[in-house]
Amino acid sequence: MIVLHGRKVVPGVAEGEALVSHETISGWGGIDPAEGTIIERRHELFGVSFAGKILVFPGAKGSSGWSGFFQTTRLMGTAPLAMVFTAMTTKVALGAVVTRVPAVTDLDQDPVEVITTGDWVRVDADALPRAEIYVAGARIGQNDPHNIDLGAGEGASHGASYYGRP
Amino acid sequence: MRLSDDERAMLDGAEGPAVAAAMDLLVRYGEALDCERLCDVRNVAGTMTQPSPAKARLVKEGGWHKAFAVINLDCDDDIEIPDMRVPTCQLQHGFGPDADGVVPYPKESIQLQDDAEAFYGRRGVSILATCTPYQVGNLPTRGEHCAWMESSAVVYANSVLGARTNCEGTASTGAAGLTGKIPCWGNHLTENRYGTHLVDVRVPVDDFMEWGMLGYFVGDLVQEARPVIVGDIAQPDLVDLKHFGAAAATSGGVELYHIPGVTPEAPTLEAAFGGTPVPDAVSYGPRERRAVYDDINSQGSSTDVDFVLLGCPHASVEQIWRAAKALDGRRLNSSTQLWIMAPRALKAVADRSGYTETIERAGGRVLSDSCPAMSRAAPTGTRVFATDSAKQAHYLPAILGIKAWFGSLEECVDAAVTGRWSGGLR
Repeated sequence: MIVLHGRKVVPGVAEGEALVSHETISGWGGIDPAEGTIIERRHELFGVSFAGKILVFPGAKGSSGWSGFFQTTRLMGTAPLAMVFTAMTTKVALGAVVTRVPAVTDLDQDPVEVITTGDWVRVDADALPRAEIYVAGARIGQNDPHNIDLGAGEGASHGASYYGRP
Repeated sequence: MRLSDDERAMLDGAEGPAVAAAMDLLVRYGEALDCERLCDVRNVAGTMTQPSPAKARLVKEGGWHKAFAVINLDCDDDIEIPDMRVPTCQLQHGFGPDADGVVPYPKESIQLQDDAEAFYGRRGVSILATCTPYQVGNLPTRGEHCAWMESSAVVYANSVLGARTNCEGTASTGAAGLTGKIPCWGNHLTENRYGTHLVDVRVPVDDFMEWGMLGYFVGDLVQEARPVIVGDIAQPDLVDLKHFGAAAATSGGVELYHIPGVTPEAPTLEAAFGGTPVPDAVSYGPRERRAVYDDINSQGSSTDVDFVLLGCPHASVEQIWRAAKALDGRRLNSSTQLWIMAPRALKAVADRSGYTETIERAGGRVLSDSCPAMSRAAPTGTRVFATDSAKQAHYLPAILGIKAWFGSLEECVDAAVTGRWSGGLR
């Protein structure tokens, strides 16, 4: 298991399966909030849903509609469980705030390289003195993620219980 | 965050629950940014009236107060929305009544937006209804702190006007309107406003189409950074820089650039870099120009054009006049439509000047408030469209699933008249 340390962007704790994007993500013109999917045709995750996933990505790009579109995923029940990203911008900061999911940045290792899609991840933005991200190195399908002790108790996450999966 | 006494009082509810909710959002946002303090703003450009399914549901549940609380303040409480504290304007939004019968667009959305305009207008939101507030009288002064959204307007305000704004969002501008505050981060701080990259232009750039291509190249090159442009460039006008910035904020996330001798914070090349060493230049020559043209035009092969879209960002009066001249005495192909998007205020000028009549006589339309990308609406059956905007050529294929041609205003008008794309790089 790997532990990353970073800075809290939005408080909270969430645990779930990682979805890793190596490319930045557009909000307006880049996602469909009704489905929680990436719709930018040239994007590596075109057609993939981030709903109910720990979204790991370099940051936001494109229109100032970014935060509004991710806020809509919250209202439509298609939001990611948490956000872990590398480059801070006003778009992604406000977007994480209004999506109301735990969010962490300024990590001591590059999360996009360290975490793989399908990894079971626990994001603890409230940990002191630094926010913590626990990454179980096993991929879903190879090991039962619930057998991996990440110290999350019942496995409850603010995101999953409050906003639900689609 | 460190809050001043007046900010602390607002947070504690001294000015009512809506202002408290606004301050709470600004504090959460500021802490997310790791920002130390807020700054005062008296110029906010945001969005409240744009129709959406989520907004329609909220209005049905709890009226416009509820919609503003949830969407513009990220607050779930039932609160009453007071007047804006500082001048606030509505940017582009959905299509208005002038599009009824022309644009395939739901009547319910037009009605919802009408209701929104009445509600927010009474609270001091000026319904400019354009992505280019700087074309219709909202011109912040150099050094003025603002809270604007709309990436093409943000880059214009920072670079051409020397105002200071980050690329804000729906909730932060809503909160700024009620408080006159925004996190003092990023572009608000002098040390973050100097150039980072140097681009040397080695082909003539002398028309807004060329400026759009240069912007698309520069944005892709520098992404979120701050380019400084020198070289073989004619004195740009408002339209040139509007298209340059919009394209640079599309292929990348440029919010601020400098052109020494042209833009206000760069009297000299050295000043543009704040006295730090000037980096080696990246060249924009004939090969780069050809590559960016081919990139923007790589999305289709059929030359049958169903739809021509001009005015992204919203057209100036001069652009409407130029389109009218190109269309004068001609008639659009029977299977091709042409729309020019413009601010309401400038459409009124075009109407009064006779430009609209010339365009309509040819079969084209001047429309306001919105655009096909914002409203996800193009003429029914459109498979291929042509545009003079690198931004619209970039976004519309993803949003509507149609193919794009990019060229000059006159090439686009020719495509509308003949129904065929025959543009090319000269």
